Amino acid sequence: MAQAKPKKNGAVAKKLVGMADVVIAAAQRSKDPTFEIPIRALSNVSFNPRKGLIEMGEKKQARTFFNVGMAKKFMQTMLVADALAELQQADLTTSLREIYYRTKHTIQDSHENTFDTQDESDPIIEDLEVSLIALREELHVRAENSGSIVGPVVFGDDGDRVDCAKLGKGGYSVPSIVEPEYLEIRRCTADFLLLVEKGTQWNRLSEDKFWRRYNCVLLTGNGQPPRGVRRLARRLHEEHKLPVYVLVDNDPWGYYIYSVVKQGSINLAFESQRMAIPKAKFIGLSSADPERYELPRNVGIKLNEKDVTRAKELLNYQWFQKPAWQQEIKRMLTSGLKYELDALANKDFQYLTKKYLPRKLKEKDWLD
Amino acid sequence: MATKRLSSRAESSTPASPSESTESESAASRNTSVAARKSAPAVTAVEMGARQREISVSEFFTKNRHLLGFDNPRKALLTCVKEAVDNSLDACEEAGILPDVTVKLEVVANGSALVAPSQATRFRITVTDNGPGIVRQQIPRVFAKLLYGSKFHRMRMSRGQQGIGISAAGMYGQLTTGKPVKVISRTGPRAAAHYFEVQIDTKKNEPLVHENKQIEWSQPQGTEVVLEVEGRYQKGRASVDEWLEQTSIANPHVRLTYSTPEGEQKNYPRTYHELPPSPKEIKPHPYGIEFGALLKMLQDTKSHTVASFLASDFCRVSPVLAEEICKAAKLSPAIKPREVKPHAAETLYKTIQTTKIMAPPTNCISPIGEKAILSGLYKQIKGEFYTAVSRPPAVYRGYPFVIEAGLAFGKGPDEVSKPQQAAVPLAEGEDQGNDTEQARVIRYANRVPLLYQQSACATFKAVLSTTWRNYGVSQSRGALPAGPMVIFVHMASVWVPFTSESKEAIADYDEIQKEITLALREAGRRLGIFLRRRERAASEFRRRNIFELYIEEVVAACNRLKGGNLPTEKLKEQLHKIASSRTGGLKTDEALGKTGAGPEGLPHSIIVTAEGIEGEREIAENVPAPGAGPVKSVSLETAPLTKPPAKGKRTTATAPASKTRGPASREKRKAGQQELFAEAAEGKKAPARKNASKAAAATRKRT
Repeated sequence: MAQAKPKKNGAVAKKLVGMADVVIAAAQRSKDPTFEIPIRALSNVSFNPRKGLIEMGEKKQARTFFNVGMAKKFMQTMLVADALAELQQADLTTSLREIYYRTKHTIQDSHENTFDTQDESDPIIEDLEVSLIALREELHVRAENSGSIVGPVVFGDDGDRVDCAKLGKGGYSVPSIVEPEYLEIRRCTADFLLLVEKGTQWNRLSEDKFWRRYNCVLLTGNGQPPRGVRRLARRLHEEHKLPVYVLVDNDPWGYYIYSVVKQGSINLAFESQRMAIPKAKFIGLSSADPERYELPRNVGIKLNEKDVTRAKELLNYQWFQKPAWQQEIKRMLTSGLKYELDALANKDFQYLTKKYLPRKLKEKDWLD
Repeated sequence: MATKRLSSRAESSTPASPSESTESESAASRNTSVAARKSAPAVTAVEMGARQREISVSEFFTKNRHLLGFDNPRKALLTCVKEAVDNSLDACEEAGILPDVTVKLEVVANGSALVAPSQATRFRITVTDNGPGIVRQQIPRVFAKLLYGSKFHRMRMSRGQQGIGISAAGMYGQLTTGKPVKVISRTGPRAAAHYFEVQIDTKKNEPLVHENKQIEWSQPQGTEVVLEVEGRYQKGRASVDEWLEQTSIANPHVRLTYSTPEGEQKNYPRTYHELPPSPKEIKPHPYGIEFGALLKMLQDTKSHTVASFLASDFCRVSPVLAEEICKAAKLSPAIKPREVKPHAAETLYKTIQTTKIMAPPTNCISPIGEKAILSGLYKQIKGEFYTAVSRPPAVYRGYPFVIEAGLAFGKGPDEVSKPQQAAVPLAEGEDQGNDTEQARVIRYANRVPLLYQQSACATFKAVLSTTWRNYGVSQSRGALPAGPMVIFVHMASVWVPFTSESKEAIADYDEIQKEITLALREAGRRLGIFLRRRERAASEFRRRNIFELYIEEVVAACNRLKGGNLPTEKLKEQLHKIASSRTGGLKTDEALGKTGAGPEGLPHSIIVTAEGIEGEREIAENVPAPGAGPVKSVSLETAPLTKPPAKGKRTTATAPASKTRGPASREKRKAGQQELFAEAAEGKKAPARKNASKAAAATRKRT
């Protein structure tokens, strides 16, 4: 582990220094310094049905310096590259926000700040990830820890043994970088992995010791799961052959969370290779569930305009073309209602743990 | 319930006015009121008749003072100042005197304690002018009788229209403080100054004279009015200060001195040393009268035949046209006007409306003029670009009018250069004080600023409906254009159609709206040209500038990436070279106007840059001269103005001015004015000045 790191860092650091070389070389030849950055948008993304992944296309945009519209971005890109190289040298990891502060200063003799908000520096980091083909973890940038895991799995983290079966109902907080160099999976005896959208429902399951009874790992990302959580799920799936089930709210955003876990996201399509879990299953809440589980209509929420537009967008995505999915989404649109996982509490506080999930697992009632 | 209330009122009213109802009637009413309690009908026609009586105008306006602009103390204070100043200016201009007006506001202590101006509730307003004065016999009625004045009965452009204003101000003062209006007036250095204290008898609408004596007065000529009123002094929008400032913009020929209640003295110097051409009185245009008015005119005329009535009592109706109208209306031209039957009169009225009649003459209007507007705007508003547009006269409802528009744009050269000195790093969420401010619209009717009811005003609506985005100014939907901009709109007319008696907003006639829009568009176009020109130069400059800024950063980043051993100077130089080759290099300097090219295609405009002033320079140069001398010295200063501009370059800019107005007539007017000033300058005594103005008018007619 200790030997692996410097080698890898060296490669990334070299790529970063290479950016300076681009500028110097262009200047010598009186050319406009230019970087090629792959486009991160739906237009440059395609779904590979064979692999079940979203893949990034070949389209690139040029970022040039001597163009009024791009000059600032170019300058910012150089600053971020500089900051990232600094991280490499010092062998530190940092957050997106710290990068923003590190690179922010007022340009001399002006009022202009290099960055005005973090919204300007974040996309540049993503740009660099894509164009340097370096993962965010390799760039030593971490996101917030916003995931929890509990269940029969043992990690080695900085030399500490973390047994997630012995961490009470709070579980282990998933770090943002879970690459094997940083987090080691020492043992895993679970039968499957349940990824829950909402922290509240994860708490319910953890408190009820659902994982013990069904011998599973419970994982949550508190909403759209961050990279760490997705990557960890992928590793457990890959290395320990755990089937992955996704439990989300019944609304367009829930569907999308599931699709991100399964196929990858549009924005970070280049990372689906190592994040997506094409075999993940959608366990609920399905738009068929309210009827099947006799949820009263009054615990539903009316779909608002945004929901409807989003649902219609989903209908058009290549990876939602399976008839079962078309039916699933259309059923939600016809009913005009969405349901939260929490709504199950209407029947009983422990309905999720004691009735809903057991029945789902027994009936193998899930969508692929 | 209702009957009970009615009858009890009947009872109480009867003893209150015993003189008006005879004893028998009151007895009868008592009987009926007793009966009313039993059955429905309460009041008889006789009773009602007894209560019906005449209402005097003064009584009406005492109750409805909001109609005249006295709805709240703050507005009342402004209205009083405004009425007094308007009267002074009208009088001075009519007499051909360049106005010198002093306005003084003082706090009147309530009891012994001294109150801060912002807390005070009572004020003494003193307005002094150098006008022609008022003859002794007329003073009481001018100041203490509503609807008494010289302006209502004629078709002539003036600030005042009805003869309500100053008396209403006096009445308001009387109502709120009980103090009379104090007037000092002197018609000339040889005449005695008269001091009056007058009040209004609201029941009869007649003046009550409290005090009348001859006094010593330092002023050789003029009028001073002192009003004591309840009011509230507050700065900011729609304040006395704002009103006076705006007055000074539209009346650059006026010298205004203003002492605020705080004791500060503000001087608004005279920057335009030419009186506005005196407007002529006209007869009504046939299109502009209502049927009822026609009937009344038929009764009142001195003419003996209908044909001569039409020809002599209206403007633009020749004897030939009068005959034609009569023929078309199947009316004998020789019939006596009083004998025209109502039915025939109606046909006549309709015929008139369908006959083609020439538009009314427009010499009854005296617009401010592009130069004067420029001068006013330049004097009061700091900016980078000024322009002014006078539209040719147009007509609504038979009344001629002229629309003028002006624009002042920008922050002024000193403010523009300021922020470069203090470069404070900006924190997140702070911005550079972006131009989110909206344009200010200043509205005028016959040179009087309008401060209230902006959104009801035709001018404001026209500003909103103009697409300012076409001229390079941002504007959100249904809002004023954004940016450091003042939009000036003036309507001059013999009869400005206000939406109410308090003269706050101009009514929305299509013809007026159209003219305002056209004027604004022209001003906007010029602004657009200016902005585009400036933008082009600035964007080239900015392009190079940002590259220069960013090159430092990029080079520094590269240097750190390369471990700090980069030949930074060399890299910088290479990048600078690329930058200047890509942004047009030397051409930028030209585009930035460093070659000194003037503002072509921008008539009647002033451009202020850090380097100096372009455009109508002589107007701008006239401004800084602080405190123009007294009236006498004015003629000397006027002289150079009437000469053709000395600089050949500028003639192109001034030429269109005379085109729009007709070069000959303008010269004539100027000649008249010069004559007037020449006489004044020779040291003729003040009474002679009136004659001088008459003489000037005569020369104008002759030529």
